[in-house]
Amino acid sequence: MTGDVGPATREIAIIGSGPAGLTAAIYCARANLTPVVFEGEPSSTSDQPGGQLMLTTDVENYPGFPDGIMGPELMVAFRAQAARFGADIRTEKVSRVDFTQRPFRLWVGEDPSGEPALSAHAVIVSTGAQSLMLGLEAEERLIGRGLSTCATCDGFFFGGQEIAVVGGGDSAMEEALFLTKFATKVTVIHRRDQLRASKIMQDRAFASDRIEFLWNHTVTDVLGDEAVEGIRVRHTGTGAEQALPLAGLFIAIGHRPNTDLFEGSLAMKPNGYLITEPGSTETNVPGVFACGDVQDDVYRQAVTAAGSGCMAAIDAERWLEAQHDASHR
Amino acid sequence: MAAITTLSSASFDETVGAAMKPVLVDFWAEWCGPCKMIAPILDELAGEHGESITFAKLNVDDAPDIARRHGVMSIPTLIVFKGGEAATRIVGAKSKAALLEDLAEFL
Repeated sequence: MTGDVGPATREIAIIGSGPAGLTAAIYCARANLTPVVFEGEPSSTSDQPGGQLMLTTDVENYPGFPDGIMGPELMVAFRAQAARFGADIRTEKVSRVDFTQRPFRLWVGEDPSGEPALSAHAVIVSTGAQSLMLGLEAEERLIGRGLSTCATCDGFFFGGQEIAVVGGGDSAMEEALFLTKFATKVTVIHRRDQLRASKIMQDRAFASDRIEFLWNHTVTDVLGDEAVEGIRVRHTGTGAEQALPLAGLFIAIGHRPNTDLFEGSLAMKPNGYLITEPGSTETNVPGVFACGDVQDDVYRQAVTAAGSGCMAAIDAERWLEAQHDASHR
Repeated sequence: MAAITTLSSASFDETVGAAMKPVLVDFWAEWCGPCKMIAPILDELAGEHGESITFAKLNVDDAPDIARRHGVMSIPTLIVFKGGEAATRIVGAKSKAALLEDLAEFL
């Protein structure tokens, strides 16, 4: 670790600030590792500080909150807890990493060609996942104009109107149910003939007299110039198309991991999720650990993310201790 | 440091219409996560660029009429008014650098 000019070398850097990253930060900070947390930059359409819970409403399955808690409120509390123990939280987005040499190097900002922002002996990757979009040309034009990936942010503006939600999982049901507070009718469009959502969410959605289901259909276009006026849907079996007049479309068709940054640096599954050693948070690079949704394509819950964040902090702490012992032997 | 002016349905037209400087209005609400993310950035911008732009915010829960009139369908939405007319509209949370780029013509 000598001859390292440029940025100061820190014990540990954490990339990402959802439940996994901030739990790792709490544990690392309490272990006196003074972690630097790159929490990312605000965005409504991709990953953002606080993670996916920043775009949700009531979180009813996070233990300790018998009456539920708002997603953004929960994440503000996570962040405050990490800050209280001395985590160095930076509102910057990591744009490049070099895991080929130690200490590892991290760059931030648009131009990742200059000096790295930081070097660190260990890195915890907790960049999470982000909402998939439909991949339609109209999306770019109409996002924020009736097309949305955030029911909490935008539901309010659809009072008394008819809207649709695309998707069949828990997020789609949560959004649909939330949107019934405002919209007179919410059509759930799903490409299969049954939902993937949990039983409790399905029961609630089926019980709502404002939610209707359009099974076996995909969205092929979003209509409107200045604002959403309708959509085109196609039957997955017959291929028959029809237009539906709507004021809003909410997209909840799943997620993709935020791993573009680690292409070529860390081992991934074919679906882009990072590979960790079973029962641990170790990646294929010693000293780099991964936790939360970025390495979890099975459970994907706030509480499992937080749990694996704790594991990553402990794994990293032990690894750093072992390195330290080895260098003083 | 220039403070952010809190607008209401009653004060909106007067503040925005009568202003000599461009007025940036942040349409936000308590329940909006991304709005909370950009709030500290807007505080900073108000401090750094308060001489060029008047920074204001409007809670859409308190003033749904104003939000509707300006076609706000997603928050956060930032609209810069010049001479009472909407000159630029920024939809969604963004980084400080991206906001500065969007606001460059008014600075």
